[in-house]
Amino acid sequence: MKQNDKLRTLMTGNEAVAEGAIRAGCKFYAGYPITPQNELTAYMAKHLPERGGTFIQSESELAAVNMVFGASVAGARAMTSSSSPGISLKQEGISYLAASQLPSVIVNVQRGGPGLGSIDPSQADYFQATKGGGHGDYHIIVLAPMTVQEMHDFTFAAFQLADKHRIPVMVLADGRLGQMMEPIVLQQRPPARGPAKKWALTGAKGRRPQCIRSLLVKDGELERHNYALQKCYRGIAASETDFEEFHTSDCDVLVAAWGTCARIAKGAVLSARARGIKAGLFRPVTLWPFPHRRLATLASKAKAVLVIEMNCGQMLEDVQISVAGAKPVSFSGWPGGRIPTETEILREIGRAVAKRK
Amino acid sequence: MSKYKTVYGRPRSLGNLPMHYCAGCGHSLAHKLLAEVLDELNIRERTIGVAPVGCAVFAYLYLKCDISEAAHGRTPAVATGIKRTLPDRIVFCYQGDGDLAAIGMAETIHAANRGENIAVIFVNNTVYGMTGGQMAPTSLPGQQTPTCPTGRNAATMGAPIRACELLNTLDRPFYIERVALDGVPGIIKTKQAIRTAFQTQVDGKGYAFVEILSPCPTYFHLSPKDSLAFVKNDMRKYFPVRVFRKEGVIVND
Repeated sequence: MKQNDKLRTLMTGNEAVAEGAIRAGCKFYAGYPITPQNELTAYMAKHLPERGGTFIQSESELAAVNMVFGASVAGARAMTSSSSPGISLKQEGISYLAASQLPSVIVNVQRGGPGLGSIDPSQADYFQATKGGGHGDYHIIVLAPMTVQEMHDFTFAAFQLADKHRIPVMVLADGRLGQMMEPIVLQQRPPARGPAKKWALTGAKGRRPQCIRSLLVKDGELERHNYALQKCYRGIAASETDFEEFHTSDCDVLVAAWGTCARIAKGAVLSARARGIKAGLFRPVTLWPFPHRRLATLASKAKAVLVIEMNCGQMLEDVQISVAGAKPVSFSGWPGGRIPTETEILREIGRAVAKRK
Repeated sequence: MSKYKTVYGRPRSLGNLPMHYCAGCGHSLAHKLLAEVLDELNIRERTIGVAPVGCAVFAYLYLKCDISEAAHGRTPAVATGIKRTLPDRIVFCYQGDGDLAAIGMAETIHAANRGENIAVIFVNNTVYGMTGGQMAPTSLPGQQTPTCPTGRNAATMGAPIRACELLNTLDRPFYIERVALDGVPGIIKTKQAIRTAFQTQVDGKGYAFVEILSPCPTYFHLSPKDSLAFVKNDMRKYFPVRVFRKEGVIVND
């Protein structure tokens, strides 16, 4: 038996996120029940306390994200999770976390929307996740896994990114990724310790009192703070932008997709190639920062770009910004909680080729 | 050597700078009493406060302990996160009536119901002072504010919420008391109550809640002196000043 086989275990995506968080040193989790992410909360309830952390089932999503705010203020690695309607409620807290530069991890196992929508998988929260979500000029890092392994690994990485840049990090998954089981290899590395949290509130012993605040009313204070945040965001864009390419070196049709859609699109790309269509896949791993530059380069070499999403065209707008009119961009979306099949994506690839002709 | 010794002075936990609070406002007094308690219990260096959205949002300017702001009403949720992470620190919430009894009512009740080991100092002055004196959940019947210009009408606007009585229905709070900053005896009582609340936490006994009836001359539209009379005569009538829960046991009227 190979070493890796011994380490393999079967888990749902939701559980893999929770285990990844615990292995990353998460010491505080607060959550509220909502489908399709309940396994995550239950896993934390069962395992976090026995491994030295605190689990709280909060009275609301608002309370959960603000408990995470408090735990982060006190220097702990802290996480909350929910699904789309619950994430809307957390936006207030996410704005405050971003404003106060508090490292934190938020997991969104997306379901259909708007409103109560459905409990089926969806990608309709792309705008909310990548364009701010709450009030004010801010960004959070957004990671988009497409396998249970990545649910685990990206959550593990999210805590380190959060500490490194003092920023909230969102793992943007969907109900399918949360619910399905796959064999995964658990993280064995000890979590990297981030920079010392000298800003944390631990009591003013042997130092001057500190405060965590986002109300900046003195003349010019808020402006300076916002410029400092933007500088931080530019640094993140330069160092943390991540993406995956699949058969992009010679493709005529460049498919752009993220998360679950990217995974299915991989199969469609292979099927297209078997039929003589040179298709390739560009898959952003970080949705913010978005890999605009690499996508622009790839699009310039392709003949057409096709965006596939489980929404009505959200990442589509970032793709259009990247391509900047250089090539035709077509879109196919599944906004009703249904997952596209490989055959459906293959058909869309065929259409993109036909349109070009 | 001087033959005189200092018997009264500025508490070490209180910053030496003018406060932004209006003349006759109860907040400056409540801050001072809180600072005296931090001094007396010698806990300033291990205390972390959570300030509300409202007039006391700038508490970090005056109190010389670590302080975090919180989103409006989420104060006890933030305090919960801090206290659970650092259980050996002293964590308190300082909240006004809008923060605690309107937008933050859910957080207030559930933190109390979990019996979080925190102290909540609730300054009830019946108005939203920060935003212009609007109606608060604790505004008295008939009280005129910009959002109830003809007076609070209980039939359509609800009656004042009595936070102590509400929390006293829960099993987990350890200490609940209402006091009033309406004169020297009230000030002495208020300090005793704040001290009991912090001592409760130092002893690791559980959740402590102190409601302070407090003057807001600016939005009472009264002089500081008449504001004290309003607290004593009008507010006390609706909000009885007494101990509701002591050592975890309900105190009957």
